[in-house]
Amino acid sequence: MAKAIGAIVVDIERCKGCQVCMVNCPTDTIGMSEEVNGKGYHYAYMKNPDNCTGCTNCAVVCPDGAITVYRVKQK
Amino acid sequence: MEFKEITREENLVYKRTPLMTDATLSYCPGCGHGTVHRLIMEVVEEMGIQEDTIGIAPVGCSVLAYDFMDVDFSQAAHGRAPAVATAIKRLWPEKFVFTYQGDGDLAAIGTAETIHACNRGENITIFFVNNGIYGMTGGQMAPTTLEGMKSSTSPYGRNSETMGPPYKITELIAQLDGTHYVTRQAVHKPGPVRKAKKAIRKALELQKENKGLSFIEFVSNCNSGWKMTPNDSNIWMEENMFPFYQMGDIKVDGKLVKG
Amino acid sequence: MKELALMKGNEVIAEAAIRAGVDGYFGYPITPQSEVMEYLMLQKPEERTGMVVLQAESEVASINMVYGAAGTGKKVMTSSSSPGISLMQEGISYIAGAELPCLIVNVVRGGPGLGTIQPSQADYFQATKGGGHGDYRLIVLAPASVQEMADFVDLGFELAFKYRNPTMILSDGLIGQMMEKVELPLQKERVTEFDQSWAITGKTKDRERNIITSLNLDPDLQYEHNLKLQAKYKSMIQDVMFEKSDCDDADFLLVAYGSSARICQKVVEMARSRGKKVGLLRPQTLYPFPSDELARMARKVKGMMAVELSAGQMVEDVRLAVNGKVPVSHYGMMGGKIHSPDDVLKALEEKYIGGY
Repeated sequence: MAKAIGAIVVDIERCKGCQVCMVNCPTDTIGMSEEVNGKGYHYAYMKNPDNCTGCTNCAVVCPDGAITVYRVKQK
Repeated sequence: MEFKEITREENLVYKRTPLMTDATLSYCPGCGHGTVHRLIMEVVEEMGIQEDTIGIAPVGCSVLAYDFMDVDFSQAAHGRAPAVATAIKRLWPEKFVFTYQGDGDLAAIGTAETIHACNRGENITIFFVNNGIYGMTGGQMAPTTLEGMKSSTSPYGRNSETMGPPYKITELIAQLDGTHYVTRQAVHKPGPVRKAKKAIRKALELQKENKGLSFIEFVSNCNSGWKMTPNDSNIWMEENMFPFYQMGDIKVDGKLVKG
Repeated sequence: MKELALMKGNEVIAEAAIRAGVDGYFGYPITPQSEVMEYLMLQKPEERTGMVVLQAESEVASINMVYGAAGTGKKVMTSSSSPGISLMQEGISYIAGAELPCLIVNVVRGGPGLGTIQPSQADYFQATKGGGHGDYRLIVLAPASVQEMADFVDLGFELAFKYRNPTMILSDGLIGQMMEKVELPLQKERVTEFDQSWAITGKTKDRERNIITSLNLDPDLQYEHNLKLQAKYKSMIQDVMFEKSDCDDADFLLVAYGSSARICQKVVEMARSRGKKVGLLRPQTLYPFPSDELARMARKVKGMMAVELSAGQMVEDVRLAVNGKVPVSHYGMMGGKIHSPDDVLKALEEKYIGGY
């Protein structure tokens, strides 16, 4: 079964930089940004975008619902 | 594959439910409240019952729950949410009524209301977020603060001799005939989150079938009160809170779960 | 066709509630008013009108049940007596802050503390000056007969919904326990269609969610909210109610409500038989208080005496209204004892400043 291809979109201003998504990502996709958002939080981003499988683990544990997840349906 | 390609609309697999408002959550970074809010709203959306759902907010960190959950809400005096919910459900039996309460609200000042709503078997759902501390007021000791756990009013650690031990109100109300479904969940990891969502769904379905009171305790973190980072607090919670507040179903179909 | 009955004050509150189409009653036993809930339970109102009656675990739970149901726009009430009403104060402040209509019956007993179960009027301050925390007022009705106990239930709800504010019936153990002939109000249909624009009955597609709350962390907003509440309380004066007897030629005025007013009717009779032209003003609403009428009377009489089953509470409002124009004295009984007409007459004669 080919590796699922996924991607996440983080609402940068909504993210509070809590890092709970980062530690729960099974494929080490997520890192915390160098820059900060409007509130001064380092926000989550896809540090290794190719690793993402779109498994939604990050999104379901995000207390602020800041992550949207996409996954390409494999034929 | 290009990012633009992957993130096309038809590839969407998860987005925050529209039943959560756009308001920035007042909760500290990494606090479980936001997750519990979202799961409840996801279930309300999936069951299509937004138009018949009435929430009762407590006094505590989640006093502003009505700014985040897009359903009709009543904000109850500290500890009184189960009484508020009782009256609403009695007068509007076809509505879905839930309370959303913290440990101070439900297990300290509101103990009597909790016990008696459960004992009467009101057809409501109680969502109880136990983070072992009074968060809103700045981290004081709560009825669920563990032995030896520091707080602003137990700065040298809770001492059961002088302050009494923590107690498990969830096991207590499970003994009452009026409670039908009683379970303890968590929302700090994907696995527990998915289980917690099933529990929420089950509770609200049971309410539809008038089976009696459903009660879900979410053991959660309070990184500000515990003075830890979010991830450390979740680890600490697993190592310290979970042994005392054990995960899983305590009562199903009105019968205590053995073991 | 008039429906007459011989009933206890407490029981007629319950019967009148069913007939007023009340949706829910939430209460807790306390002497001297437990008959309200006992009567309701006997009547099985869920069969008569579908009314919900629930005994709660405490007065604190009761008033918060009222708060909950009132937030959905329903007609709900509770009843209790002094110590129980004290327990309800936080809830009542919430109800006033959230601007919810409801009815609260206080069958007052002697205090302070556990006090006695005998009648008293010593909860006047608590009832009329807010009672709980914050600047708010209750509409306060003061029945002086079993008939008024019956009539003030529906009136209380009318006013509560008109102003979206809690109404209190301030009765006492004497009127609650006394039996009298009463004409029972007609049965009203329980209202199902009513203005629910503000109520929490489930967020339908056509509106934003409704929120029942008294919380406002933004002081500017809370200030605006308080201005709105104060304007509302001021506007309640249009619904002031009082009765005057023997006042046309009076040169001295007794001011009394509820049980004390009944006693004063006798005192006026006795005083007049001794050539003293005494009149009586009986407030039926304690808030709004009949200050204007008292100010008018102060221009006609030489003096006034407030007669209360208390150490003197309403007398302060009389003095405020009279504003020093004439002396206002007080005669009161405490502890649950009731003054006799002779006691009051004796006090009156010492204070009477007549003149031709």
